Amino acid sequence: MTNLEKYNQAFVEALEISEDQLPGLEYQEIEQWDSVGHMGLVATLEDAFDIMLDTDDIIDFSSYEVGMKILTKNYGIAF
Amino acid sequence: MVWDFQTYGDNIAVLDSCGVSLTYRALSEEGQRLWEAVGRRCLAFILCRNEIGALVGYTGLLNNGGVPLLLNSRMDEEALAGLLEAYQPPCLWVPEDMLGSFPGMMPAYRAFGYCLLRTAYGTGYPLYEDLALLLTTSGSTGSPKFVRQSYGNIRANTASIVDYLALDSAERPITTLPMSYTYGLSIINSHLLVGGTLLVTESSMTQREFWSFFRQSGATSFGGVPYTYEMLDRMRFHRMELPSLRTMTQAGGKLPPALHKKFAEEAQAKGQRFVVMYGQCEATARMGYLPPEKAVEKCGSMGIAIPGGAFHLTDASGRQITTPGTIGELVYTGANVTLGYAEGGADLAKGDERGGVLQTGDMARFDEDGYYYITGRKKRFLKIYGNRVNLDEVDGLVKEKFPALDYASAGVDDHLYLFITDEGQREAVKEFLVRRTKLNPAAFRVVAIDQIPKNDSGKTLYGELEAYYT
Repeated sequence: MTNLEKYNQAFVEALEISEDQLPGLEYQEIEQWDSVGHMGLVATLEDAFDIMLDTDDIIDFSSYEVGMKILTKNYGIAF
Repeated sequence: MVWDFQTYGDNIAVLDSCGVSLTYRALSEEGQRLWEAVGRRCLAFILCRNEIGALVGYTGLLNNGGVPLLLNSRMDEEALAGLLEAYQPPCLWVPEDMLGSFPGMMPAYRAFGYCLLRTAYGTGYPLYEDLALLLTTSGSTGSPKFVRQSYGNIRANTASIVDYLALDSAERPITTLPMSYTYGLSIINSHLLVGGTLLVTESSMTQREFWSFFRQSGATSFGGVPYTYEMLDRMRFHRMELPSLRTMTQAGGKLPPALHKKFAEEAQAKGQRFVVMYGQCEATARMGYLPPEKAVEKCGSMGIAIPGGAFHLTDASGRQITTPGTIGELVYTGANVTLGYAEGGADLAKGDERGGVLQTGDMARFDEDGYYYITGRKKRFLKIYGNRVNLDEVDGLVKEKFPALDYASAGVDDHLYLFITDEGQREAVKEFLVRRTKLNPAAFRVVAIDQIPKNDSGKTLYGELEAYYT
């Protein structure tokens, strides 16, 4: 699986949504991505990429695209 | 009247994350203006957010003799329509951006992004003279069952909370819980009594905006349900620099003892207070608290009765238990025990049905020092993210929507399991539950099994379902 596939899969699993909803998706835009969904997403991403997200990264993770930038910049995950 | 806002006239009563604030004097005047528009004592639904407008509506009505019924602004529209029919309130106080959901109702007054709407229900049902406030028991299933709270209930409980938490006007609690939720509301009520400053925000602890506001405005305390503390733990909260923070309170369900210990020890090391509390909407808000200096020593306990209240345990035959370590039903007595329930407008004329005694439905034991420990529940309900979810009500909702389906609900806190026998309906059932309760889908597991275990008389054997989730 490519990193992008893993990343997308984490969203689909944790937020129970379909892949076509991902581009442009922002925190609290859909009901599933509330604080509960957010922590589920963080846990799923941590498992998928075997990383531990910092507090700052968790609270800055405000959209599908921003999350990708955070993973690239702070965890060396290339998409 | 619940609060005398003139006592703290120049103090800031509320500040939001956009920098808008109101002094106690201004909050009082805004409430007066709204009250003049309402015109007389009546029931009013308030669709709450943690915003200044909602606070103006709540305090303005409650303090002047109106009877607010608080709801979360995010609640399901179908459920709201059912409540309007059941209670027929003459007025609504709603966020202006939701006006489109109420065609045909007349806007009568506006302030701080909220609007007073007059309904077509006329003068409404008669109200018992001491009835002050109506709060939901669940907040999520849309049940018409509300708790009737009196002025005396609110005054007694609020004063008690101020006493045991030693609150004063220097306190600046930040909102982390919905205002329509009894625990969130008790934080508002108690701090308004001492002249503190409420920091109101709709952003959540998982957002940068929340922590920026927290730091900029010097928040001194917050409250959280068990899920809040699990979330903070995963966010590595203990490494965050929050010099203004002095107190954390916890209620809305039992915190796993390991987490209780972790937060209690970290707080102690930083010179903060971590206060585990116990309560129910039926007792206005709070019944018990664990004094922070005992937080480590008595870890896992919910503490002792609040000032002015008393706990005891009863066995199955109703006799009082006097031996430490014996489990029985927890009973509370105190002036904050509410009047009773309402299931519709006709019940609003009812007086006090409880006489200051509440059977909590929780099972507990006490130790040699008189500290209480919750051990289980008598009734079929779960706490999901701090919200009480009555499993019989969930069954009722499913029955209404899927009459042909065989099902049974069960589970543990934060995880509700619905067992059905028709695999093909799993998605539809889950979607319905999520939409209706507005709880995150992660809270629900719909499991298809061959048949629902039942005894000869057709009663569901819930015990046999435990194998699927323990």
